[in-house]
Amino acid sequence: MTTASEIGRSKLWQRINTRDIAMLGVLLVVIVVNSFARDNFASTTTVGFLLLDVIPIMMLALPMTFIIISAEIDLSVASIVGVSAATIGALVLREENMILAAFAGVGVGILAGAFNGFLVAYLGLPSLAATIGTLALYRGLALVIIGDASVGSFPEAWTDFVQSRLGATGIPTPTIAVLIFIALAVIMLHYHPFGRGLFALGHSPQAARFVGVKVEHTKFWLFVASGLVAGLVGLYWALRYGSARSDSASGLELTVIAAVLLGGVSIFGGRGSIPGVVVAVLLVATITYGFRLQRISDVVLVIITGALLIASVVAPNYYQRIRERWKLITRAKDSPTS
Amino acid sequence: MSSLWNRFSRVRELPVAVAFVTLVAITATLNPRFLLPQSIKDLLLNATIIAILAAGQAMVIISRNVDLSVGSILGIAGFATGALFASFPTIPIPLVFLIGIGIGAALGAFNGLLVVTAGVPALVITLGTLYVFRGINNAWAGGTEHFSGDRPKEFSNLSVDTVFGLPIITLLAFVVIAAMAVYLAKFRSGRDFYAIGSDPEAAKLFGIPVARRVLTAFVINGALAGLAGVLYASRFSSVGARTGTGLELDVVAAVVVGGVAIFGGSGTVIGAAIGAFLLTTITSALTALRVDKFWQQAVVGGLIISAIVIDRISTLRNARRLRLEQARGTTAVSAAGEGL
Repeated sequence: MTTASEIGRSKLWQRINTRDIAMLGVLLVVIVVNSFARDNFASTTTVGFLLLDVIPIMMLALPMTFIIISAEIDLSVASIVGVSAATIGALVLREENMILAAFAGVGVGILAGAFNGFLVAYLGLPSLAATIGTLALYRGLALVIIGDASVGSFPEAWTDFVQSRLGATGIPTPTIAVLIFIALAVIMLHYHPFGRGLFALGHSPQAARFVGVKVEHTKFWLFVASGLVAGLVGLYWALRYGSARSDSASGLELTVIAAVLLGGVSIFGGRGSIPGVVVAVLLVATITYGFRLQRISDVVLVIITGALLIASVVAPNYYQRIRERWKLITRAKDSPTS
Repeated sequence: MSSLWNRFSRVRELPVAVAFVTLVAITATLNPRFLLPQSIKDLLLNATIIAILAAGQAMVIISRNVDLSVGSILGIAGFATGALFASFPTIPIPLVFLIGIGIGAALGAFNGLLVVTAGVPALVITLGTLYVFRGINNAWAGGTEHFSGDRPKEFSNLSVDTVFGLPIITLLAFVVIAAMAVYLAKFRSGRDFYAIGSDPEAAKLFGIPVARRVLTAFVINGALAGLAGVLYASRFSSVGARTGTGLELDVVAAVVVGGVAIFGGSGTVIGAAIGAFLLTTITSALTALRVDKFWQQAVVGGLIISAIVIDRISTLRNARRLRLEQARGTTAVSAAGEGL
């Protein structure tokens, strides 16, 4: 028998127990534990290197969140980063103006995203299949553009800017741009009709159409946005690592998707939040960084990404099932007469 | 006669088979050396491992799941093979095969159990296990690589010796693919995978043991990835921490090109295997045609996209035809029966 107080408790409980807050708690615990356990963890160097490496994943995760919430997926993002970096590299190699090269790189990203959008929104192809195709295509085009060259001769002013820190905080300057993007994403997804349309789209395209969402139009621009961000990351990648190659960011798409799903976005669409994804990206990066300080190899640490991802989706379901079982047992005890 | 043509033109693996034959024919005309026995043997060897993986993946995708961890499973099984021969040089070869397949089946069962008991989409689970298995492989292998020098001559010869012009490991792949094809097409439990992929809820209502079938698909797929790992160690000179990295998307691409619908319910193992042969042959064909090596991957990407577009168009046409037939009052041919 449920009483009013029980309902109240369960609502409050649900509110405190939301995934995002639980994840944030885990992140804080990880930071605190690491700071106490390792002398060199709580330092500006840590903040700097951690953020520098997190930026590409964080940026790519934002449009990916939008896309997965609307029940699509973009597997080609890492290849777009590659083709954008390759374009910039090839132009720099021909001693073109760096500003021109940067715009060309981002422009290529937008074009690549638009082609994805065309395939998915207007030809109606399943995005999972279509973007596996463009994953191969864009990586191939990166190879066509730059061949097996590795270009590192970027103007120092540009590379220095990307590596520069905000005063003595150790926070890399590009972080400001990332924060602006995160804020934009939060507003668009959670405080704007466009975002509500995406959730509707993820639940049911037919229903979304009925409430006035322009389904094709929306999907197309989502993929363009994803391409734009991937183009920007391509520019960042070339400058941050001081090298543009055809295989830049190769394989990063799965890391990004893993982070988004860990952040509580449903792979079936219709559920998820930007804060959850942001916390998830930081969580994986912090745990990995902490272990890296103990000289455990990065390639072994991918276990953490995988295990967290599995635990985060499996645990709530098992918990739910145990609770239902428990409810059945207690109900049977409560009402022996019926 | 026209109905025979109708049936023929609706075979889902037809476009990929036509594409494959055309590719080989054109390349062979322009460069006759493409069909020398040695080049054919190389073509077959290159395709063997992906074809085995594609056959298993097709079964998983037909049941509306996906297994992204196959590259990592192949890596562990491949490294285990190298490690076994390095530590026990006299170990019987069949035992190594059994161990490799067993490792793969166990990892596949882990995937399958998580998918079935937690009710979480396979894409998410196997994306997670892709990292977990790869991490385990990295932790185990570290910097070590096992080279073919450690392995007995008879084991490496499996990818050198030929029977009727076919390398032994390719013959093995053909046997596996044929067995899978017959099982999925002719056995009642095999047909269940199509029913599950078309509509899991309906399949459950119909009394199909959905959970058990999905688990079976993952175990078989894992076992085949394990087998592919052992064959990898026979075919290539070294196995290490990175063996099989990134293979998963190639395999899914081969399956999709081979006419298996990405959301399940239709397609065949044979189609997936032809898809694997097409994708691996095209690179050699482009080389034989002296296409710039930097263009080759872009061409492969374009090919995957056109395959999906063609499939989409034919699906739309079939849907319209079915609607028209129903509107005319004629009984629509059972779509499921023909694997549409």
